[in-house]
Amino acid sequence: MERHYWRDLWRYRELFYFLAWRDLMVRYKQTVVGVAWAIIRPILTIVVLSLVFGKVSKLPSGGAPYPLLVCCGVIPWQFFGAALSECGNSLVSNSNLISKIYFPRLIVPASSVITSFVDFLVSAAFLVFLMVWYQFMPTVSIVALPLFILLAFAASLGAGLWIAALMVDYRDFRVIVPFMVQFGLYATPVAYLSSVIPDKWRMLYSLNPMVGVIDGFRWCLLSREHHELVPVLLPHGGFRWESLGSDQQLYLPALAFSVIGITLLLASGIWYFRKTEKSFADVI
Amino acid sequence: MSDIAIKVEQLSKRYVIGARRNAQDGLRHRLEAWARNPWQWLKSARRDRQATREEFWALREVSFDVRQGDVIGIIGRNGAGKSTLLKILSRITEPTSGEITIEGRVASLLEVGTGFHPELTGRENIFLNGAILGMTRVEIKQRFDEIVAFSEVEKFLDTPVKRYSSGMYVRLAFAVAAHLEPEILIVDEVLAVGDAQFQKKCIGKIEDVSKRQGRTVLFVSHNLQTVRQMCKKVVVLERGRMVYSGGVAAGINRYSGLEGTCDTAVHELADYPRFSEQTGVRLLRVEYWDAAGKPAFRIPRSSELTVNVYFRVEQPVKQLDLPMAIVHVEGQRIFSESYSDHQPEMELEPGEYMVSFTLPLKYLKLESYFLVVGVFESGRHCDFVEGLPLPELTDEFADPHLESRRWGLVRLPVEWAPVKESLSVIETVNGK
Repeated sequence: MERHYWRDLWRYRELFYFLAWRDLMVRYKQTVVGVAWAIIRPILTIVVLSLVFGKVSKLPSGGAPYPLLVCCGVIPWQFFGAALSECGNSLVSNSNLISKIYFPRLIVPASSVITSFVDFLVSAAFLVFLMVWYQFMPTVSIVALPLFILLAFAASLGAGLWIAALMVDYRDFRVIVPFMVQFGLYATPVAYLSSVIPDKWRMLYSLNPMVGVIDGFRWCLLSREHHELVPVLLPHGGFRWESLGSDQQLYLPALAFSVIGITLLLASGIWYFRKTEKSFADVI
Repeated sequence: MSDIAIKVEQLSKRYVIGARRNAQDGLRHRLEAWARNPWQWLKSARRDRQATREEFWALREVSFDVRQGDVIGIIGRNGAGKSTLLKILSRITEPTSGEITIEGRVASLLEVGTGFHPELTGRENIFLNGAILGMTRVEIKQRFDEIVAFSEVEKFLDTPVKRYSSGMYVRLAFAVAAHLEPEILIVDEVLAVGDAQFQKKCIGKIEDVSKRQGRTVLFVSHNLQTVRQMCKKVVVLERGRMVYSGGVAAGINRYSGLEGTCDTAVHELADYPRFSEQTGVRLLRVEYWDAAGKPAFRIPRSSELTVNVYFRVEQPVKQLDLPMAIVHVEGQRIFSESYSDHQPEMELEPGEYMVSFTLPLKYLKLESYFLVVGVFESGRHCDFVEGLPLPELTDEFADPHLESRRWGLVRLPVEWAPVKESLSVIETVNGK
């Protein structure tokens, strides 16, 4: 059965596209705002967060204009948040397909992440606009951006698979997920730089896999000069890696936690999903 | 390497019902229950939990084989397990125990229009539905025109499907599914929807798939006429178990609950379903005799059947009548008549009596028929027995398989003249 599953995934590969296409088409047809919502939502969020965290609280921005800083955090975070919600709900909202037709069920949550990814690409247009507005040219570090996008994608899929599979049995997650996303907005450096977190808490803080991803986004897009990694001795012993000469420091432990954490999340998500998949049609 | 397309071995499927009433509050329910009594979990919960579990076996140790190119009908009452069997064969759900082996690509039609989205147009839904059913985009494009032609919704192709009438909806949905071209096709009562013309079209298409293209078809239907027409073999399910697998005619008998075979010339009526009032007349037994005066449970169709009905009268009766009827195995009433159509109604003192009637058999098909007899007094029924199998009909010149494929419940002796060249009307007028 296992071997057949992966072979079937390949055979049904067009379904990834068709399900995402369906969701996008439906959204497009229902409202005019539907398309624009992909841009309006991040704009509003950026405006509010910049005002609150930048102007009112006057948090440091490491040299970049605060709205741009926030934008680099909001765009990937909203991708993650939307992907997580959509993915979590995907099995339940497609219950009629799952109970009547055979196809590898993994396609359903995966295609919902693809749908959110398309929204992400649309809202990235606003990011480009802001960079042009502030005349903030990215450096060669932008080459690493696809890696961080991939990490965000994998994080959404990993967490999403867990929630999708759990949601079949326990519909409570429909309420839990928005709360998680809401909470995560503040626990992740979306509206502020992660360097404002005091050193002694930084390690703990970085256990959140999205911290490394958001940091990475900022680093790719906003770091100015070329950088080299140097260890910097700390007053109380120990040391910390710093990218010298750049405005955005890449805190490597956070990146390490992210990569490892997200890999584990994705692998375990696939494992749990496959384990419970057999009973979806019976329970859903 | 055999040509077995589907092999089902000891397949069983168990559902647990009642333990978790509502999936909606699963987690909260559990947390609340735990909060109320944290230690109960350790103590008695296990046993209690298992006690409230109700098990329902949808399928029990079902086994059968399907050869490539077979058309198999799966029949049974509602709740017999047919849909569950199809779901397992379609890999939508897993069996609790047992094994299935399938050679070839499977396409299932368990519901018409699965995956259709009301906001999308007909054209878009064709692609969407086709992809969901397993076709690639290239395949859909190739068959697009055929699908549209079959569904007859060409004019409405670019309007959202939510505006379609239910007939159009069903036609389009079936059109997509009908062009799937898998090696094995599984169809579940989908044909129950739609008007008669559409049903004919669907059957035609399925027949085309099975006969002309030689693909394997598994077909669930309550329409025994269709099953008889299309299937070579039949599997009968009853309460999760397979009770019969084999020829169509016998399978239909088994399903109808009418145990078709007549193996004796004398039938004690105590064994048959009967409806009787307590009023003084009781049917005793029925005997079959052939034209030669011998008891018969098997009789050539060219012959005539004499039926003797014995009954007992306990109180004097004035206007006693004895109706009889012939019923086809699928339940249709072919013919009925009664004693009083030919003889005056009976006036009898207590005792045992016999009434006899003779049937010509040449108008019946080589299928199973059943007799119904009753006794009525002054229009009120006293006793009534049904489900009595008529003797098995034989005919050395006819082919039962061919005959059972013909439409109809009876046979008329039609005479055909050999083909002749025809003279057109104009030619005859001109005197040629």
